[in-house]
Amino acid sequence: MTWDSIIPRETKNEISRSARNDIAREDNARELTYLEAIRDALQYEMRRDPRGLVMGEDVGVFGGAFKLTQGLFEEFGEERVIDTPMSELCMVGAATGMAFMGLRPVVEMQFADFISTGFDSIVQFAATNHYRWGAPVPWVIRAPSGGGLRGGPFHSQNPEAWFVHAPGLKVVAPATPADARGLLLSALRDPNPVIYFEYKALYRSIRGNVPEGEEGIVPIGRAKTARAGNDLSIITYGAPLHEALKAADELARENVSVEILDLRSLKPLDTDAILETARKTSKVMIVHEANLTCGVGAEIAALISQHAFEFLDAPIVRLAAPDIPPPYAPILEDASRPNKEKILQAAKKLLAY
Amino acid sequence: MEFSNELLEQAHYWMRLTRAFDDRLDLLFKQGKLVGGLFSQRGHEAISVGAALALGPDDVITPMHRDLGAYFARGMTPARLMSQYMGRATGPSGGRDANLHGCGDLSLGIVGFVSHIPQSTPVAVGMAHAFKLKREPRVALNFFGDGGSSEGLIHEALNWASLYQLPVVFIVENNQYAYSTPTKNQMRMPDIAARAAGYGMSGVVIDGNDFFAVHKTTKEAVERARGGDGPALLECKTMRMRGHAIHDNMSYVPKELLAEWEPRDPLLLFEKRLREMNLLDDVKQNELLTRIEREIDAAQAFAENAPMPDPSKLTEGIFAE
Repeated sequence: MTWDSIIPRETKNEISRSARNDIAREDNARELTYLEAIRDALQYEMRRDPRGLVMGEDVGVFGGAFKLTQGLFEEFGEERVIDTPMSELCMVGAATGMAFMGLRPVVEMQFADFISTGFDSIVQFAATNHYRWGAPVPWVIRAPSGGGLRGGPFHSQNPEAWFVHAPGLKVVAPATPADARGLLLSALRDPNPVIYFEYKALYRSIRGNVPEGEEGIVPIGRAKTARAGNDLSIITYGAPLHEALKAADELARENVSVEILDLRSLKPLDTDAILETARKTSKVMIVHEANLTCGVGAEIAALISQHAFEFLDAPIVRLAAPDIPPPYAPILEDASRPNKEKILQAAKKLLAY
Repeated sequence: MEFSNELLEQAHYWMRLTRAFDDRLDLLFKQGKLVGGLFSQRGHEAISVGAALALGPDDVITPMHRDLGAYFARGMTPARLMSQYMGRATGPSGGRDANLHGCGDLSLGIVGFVSHIPQSTPVAVGMAHAFKLKREPRVALNFFGDGGSSEGLIHEALNWASLYQLPVVFIVENNQYAYSTPTKNQMRMPDIAARAAGYGMSGVVIDGNDFFAVHKTTKEAVERARGGDGPALLECKTMRMRGHAIHDNMSYVPKELLAEWEPRDPLLLFEKRLREMNLLDDVKQNELLTRIEREIDAAQAFAENAPMPDPSKLTEGIFAE
């Protein structure tokens, strides 16, 4: 059994209307799954830029644990789609060396959970390098992140906060197919090390219109209003965006107008967009799948408290996983992750404050 | 292998410059003119210079904190290096990284290292991987120590280099001590080079105080790597003749051990050979030492008069534009 086989191929979740409509349909747009959009960006950029290469465990002949890189080995060959040994620390260090010598490597961590095995190469060497002696390190690490697949404590983690905290890295976390492609293209062209969190639960459950060619490139550091509203702001990123959108659809039926800000980039954060929505609705809920303490939500809450305190009508609410490893049993995992019901519950409490 | 007179003269200059610069740093530290700690490279001159001189102009190195001679031999000037030790804006890191750490300049083929040794080793492997993919006849030369050889990353990197048959040469400087821990307390087997067999690459033990042996063997390994024959692991046995850093009086090192290595000083051995070859006499030696002192005086004056880094630019450059 591959991990790929346990991901539902059919779209079981009803996709929120707002998620479907968030990209204007253009002549050159196609409908792709989230996974296809990531693959499309890799393929597009590797065709455009001969310096690009992909490496990781099982990414070549096998097409990746999630079949995300399927077809790339056949098209680009073993020198540009490199099956590596199980050596994340060396993989990232090698990517840094390749980047120094003019290549544009993309490292696939098979699961975001395993990124910790490459930690020194990421945060000590690559992240600090440009600041220390001026040589840029243009690589991208793709980190399949998040729960919902019953993967247990070591195939479900959301370790983005470690990297947001480490100076010198850019961190992105797209939630829609269009953003997945658009942000990956930006990451691949960025002269800095970028950690690209992608959400396994969205791979085949989310479809959307995705532009082609040079269209739809999403700049790093720019959030997006996924839904406009006036009564309450939900600030989120990654997989929980879709839960928030569903909750907002339900609240709309009760005449509550929810604004949803999809951060898309976690480092640098779009501070202006965060403060703007807080000032607009005066009630803020932050939702993320990672655990609570010192998570990205803490930074957002601090920013709003410092710069928009006088606009707030209620304390800022953070909805996140508890400070536990992601549990295995479905009943436990579901209890730990933010979902539509928990968002609705917290939203009603916040609205009534 | 023939050693040209020109090569030996160069080597003599770089090794003497390295030793004299190291001595000057010691003095400047005691005068309070340097920032932070100081790591002496004394005893490592034949390795750093001998190995670095085995490279061509387009090759790259990932040296560490006892490889001062390799920085010089690759073209890092005494003025820039002195600036680095004094935390000045004119050093390769502009006052942002300490002593030889972060002392990189890709235009010279030098990668700056981090304290997490051997983090530079996979970077050298990656550069070699790039050379292979781009069909460039270039070689990466990596340095690590007996201490670093105990890190798991060395296994990952040696395996990777061998698997893809990359043009990289690993120099392991076995100087008998990782800080206070002697090699016998770090590993059961006496020769780190013996591990090479497990990776399917050549492993050679070299007298690290013998310039001729270091240079000859490195040159062979570099040219084999350049020709597509894959990596090699060269273990240079030497002795760290000072403490781990200047604060360390190395009371843990037996006096007899130091006494045993003292007459094997790489500079004494090298100069004895030069005299035997009629390439060196007292006049030449004095001329060289005088010239080097003048160069170091100039480097010191440059660094002392160089601007400090600008605190208003503290956060600049965290990202490349």
